[in-house]
Amino acid sequence: MITLVDYKAGNLTSVRRALTHLGIPCQITADPEQVRRADKIIFPGVGAAGAAMSVLRERGLDSALKESFAAGKPILGICIGCQIILEHSEEDDAACLGLLDGKTIRFGRGAGWHPALLKIPHMGWNAVTVTQPHPLLSHLRPDDEFYFVHSYYPQPADPGQIYATSDYGGEFPVAIGRDNLFAVQFHTEKSGVVGLKVLENFANWQL
Amino acid sequence: MLSKRIISCLDVRDGKLAKSVKFVDTQDIGDPVEKAREYYEQGLDELVFYDITASSEARGIMLDVVSRVAEQVFIPFSVGGGLRTVDDCSRVLLAGAEKVNVNSAAVKNPGLIAEASKAFGAQAVVLSMDVLRVPKSPQIPSGYEVVINGGRTPMGLDAIEWAKRGEELGAGEMVVNSIDADGTKVGYELTLTRLIAEAVSVPVIASGGGGKPEHLYDVLTEGKADAALVASMLHYGEYTVGQIKEYLAGRGIKVRMIKDEG
Repeated sequence: MITLVDYKAGNLTSVRRALTHLGIPCQITADPEQVRRADKIIFPGVGAAGAAMSVLRERGLDSALKESFAAGKPILGICIGCQIILEHSEEDDAACLGLLDGKTIRFGRGAGWHPALLKIPHMGWNAVTVTQPHPLLSHLRPDDEFYFVHSYYPQPADPGQIYATSDYGGEFPVAIGRDNLFAVQFHTEKSGVVGLKVLENFANWQL
Repeated sequence: MLSKRIISCLDVRDGKLAKSVKFVDTQDIGDPVEKAREYYEQGLDELVFYDITASSEARGIMLDVVSRVAEQVFIPFSVGGGLRTVDDCSRVLLAGAEKVNVNSAAVKNPGLIAEASKAFGAQAVVLSMDVLRVPKSPQIPSGYEVVINGGRTPMGLDAIEWAKRGEELGAGEMVVNSIDADGTKVGYELTLTRLIAEAVSVPVIASGGGGKPEHLYDVLTEGKADAALVASMLHYGEYTVGQIKEYLAGRGIKVRMIKDEG
């Protein structure tokens, strides 16, 4: 059973529909005790980092997630769930969970950035390049594309924690993680067959 | 680099698929959920469902269509038609849509864009506009006027100004539908699309007039659109999504190609 963490994130039901379509049992909960008892956790999200962190703290879900990570439970973060696992987000200048060292930064600072040509948010389909093999991305082939909607991206301090990148005015990390934690900036639940496969791989992930 | 998106619009009336030609003579051409799944499997990038039903009774039927699509189709889609309040928008988002598409109601009440953008984020709010070519005048300097109510009511509003205003209010994307081109299949309105794409910094989706893959090429290059909306080309089985994308890729346009398994 996969537990979906409910912190008023917009795409929660989309992720649940995708799992149901795949025949993967799941439950949605806002209860930190249920999160502590979960076998596997998906931590989705759409919205702003500051608001997301406030809801997590109000509901006591922040400590439940930290404990679950420390206990070695498989965790998958999606979109905002990929950004707030770092220490800090430039969005709302928000202090985040700090499961990984690093921060979430706004697009537009890279050397190859052309503000006249590139729009923010980065919205649409973009190719994802695997930079380090990971069981959740084992099915990817060169130029497979995923659906993105975001203005900020995750930048772990340790480059060894980056598993895939995309290019938008320069390369940026789109899949990060360590040990039992994996997180993707793209929307697996809205990226067609290649996206659904990431969720299926997570369901089958044995540590 | 982002791929150019190919989006299809499904007009839904009383839960059935319909395609308008110049906004009159709509004819039923099938089940919207089946069509959506077929296009998803062909590699379509995104869908728009437009509810052209008038009765409030049929709104519930539309929400049922939205949730059935969300259970079977795993690409983004938006829903428009008859959304007048933030609550209306909230219902279609909860039913499974990623984005709402506001049109006439936003012209009458621009505050709707701001409220929806604040409630759901700019990425969830698409401003759709129906535009008619008119003689240039002090009121309509671009010669493109916004019309509402399915093209019947001119609003004395310049389309370029409205697009800029919409972006300021918090729209995250624009659908620019040329009524002159709609249903003609002779090509998109390139000038209108380009003027709006140059005036705003959010993605612009060209709509109306697509009849051949080369029309998409034109509007994605010369028209500077980020995405092109196709309807009858797909609905009548004249082309598949794959055929359109192969043509575009062959001419150097970056599009998302679906690979065969294995």
